[in-house]
Amino acid sequence: MEATVSTANNNEKTWGGGDDIQPLGASYGKMMMWFFIVSDALTFSGFLAAYGFSRFKFIETWPLADEVFTHFPFMHGVSAPMYYVALMTFILIFSSVTMVLAVDAGHQLKKTKVAVYMFLTIIGGLIFVGSQAWEWKNFIKGEYGAIETAGGSLLQFVDKEGKRVALADFAVKLPEQREALTRSHSSWFMEDAETQPTFTVAEVQAGFEAHPELLIRTEQLTDKKKKTVLSRTESESRLSSAKYVVEGANLTRNEYGSKLFADFFFFITGFHGFHVFSGVIINIIIFFNVLLGTYEKRRSYEMVEKVGLYWHFVDLVWVFVFTVFYLV
Amino acid sequence: MSHEHVSNTKRIWFVFGLLSAVTIVEVILGIYKPASLEFNHFIGLNLLNWIFYILTIFKAYYIVWAFMHMEGEKSSLRWSVVSSVVFLVLYLLFILLTEGHYIYGVFKNSIIKWNF
Repeated sequence: MEATVSTANNNEKTWGGGDDIQPLGASYGKMMMWFFIVSDALTFSGFLAAYGFSRFKFIETWPLADEVFTHFPFMHGVSAPMYYVALMTFILIFSSVTMVLAVDAGHQLKKTKVAVYMFLTIIGGLIFVGSQAWEWKNFIKGEYGAIETAGGSLLQFVDKEGKRVALADFAVKLPEQREALTRSHSSWFMEDAETQPTFTVAEVQAGFEAHPELLIRTEQLTDKKKKTVLSRTESESRLSSAKYVVEGANLTRNEYGSKLFADFFFFITGFHGFHVFSGVIINIIIFFNVLLGTYEKRRSYEMVEKVGLYWHFVDLVWVFVFTVFYLV
Repeated sequence: MSHEHVSNTKRIWFVFGLLSAVTIVEVILGIYKPASLEFNHFIGLNLLNWIFYILTIFKAYYIVWAFMHMEGEKSSLRWSVVSSVVFLVLYLLFILLTEGHYIYGVFKNSIIKWNF
């Protein structure tokens, strides 16, 4: 590994002291990248540890990842847990491979090869970010809808076999409708904080009344790691304390369960997605530098190596996010 | 250090195969969740989760060592990076998970019902 070489014929080392006595045997630029990676790794560890903290607090009511992330493109209505996120993981690992191949080609000063591999890495990164956007879309939109009680717990609806039932399948339309209060219909200080859900609490309650086969599922996990299903009479009494209709997910409440679950999902995968996005931008800049022959003139592709370190780090973080959010 | 500038594409593809294989194993276990693994515990964690965490660390090791080329760095750099991160993360996890478990007990055993 060479020290930072700033110009073509300049042998002077920016790190000072000459080639053989660089601190820890690393060039200045690489060392600073490692500094950044260590601090960023601690930041992500902090987020994931905070997720673990909240999950331990609500260990008996935490949502099951298998029931939340079940979508796969072009397979509407089919429950396919894990497959999509596994695909995303492969895309990211593969873009890591093309990155390390670019670094390898850089060692041999093969400009075209570096450019091709960098380009593939950028494409991989873009596909990953796009996949994450699709995952977010499904998460935000939700599938079944749920009810939040006055005490803040979440109630979901199932049929006799324990299969989930969507609100739209049983809620009735009552004539009384309430429109969301917007500024155009009120004074400047009067406005609904949220948009109105498709159904009101009364419509869900009336629909539940009309369908005696429906039961309510609480957040409580059983010994077998399944959600508890209440009896019909218990269900009716729980539903009488309904306060909100919850559809999909936002930062305040979500239809999957614990409020903190969606908050952590948005925050951690969002922060990681932002890292991937920044990585793509940096990769594009370096890619154009490669095309312009900047590193060819320096006779050193160390810059590709440094951006590669960052890119692999993003992959490394995803390995942990994948385990913590989807597997455990 | 990579002074010799030899191509090691072979090793790169080998590591890629390894990481893919581990991910496939994780996904299969995540879908089927064998009951014998899921409901047997070892030091407060079920065996399935033990496997997931061990495989994660295994993947992390190969990403850092092969892709980030840690294996070619001086041992002083290796230790400065790895030991500080490992120590701080273990410490943080110990504190936060212990406290999280404590608060779970407070919710469960006392009259407090406060969702935050």
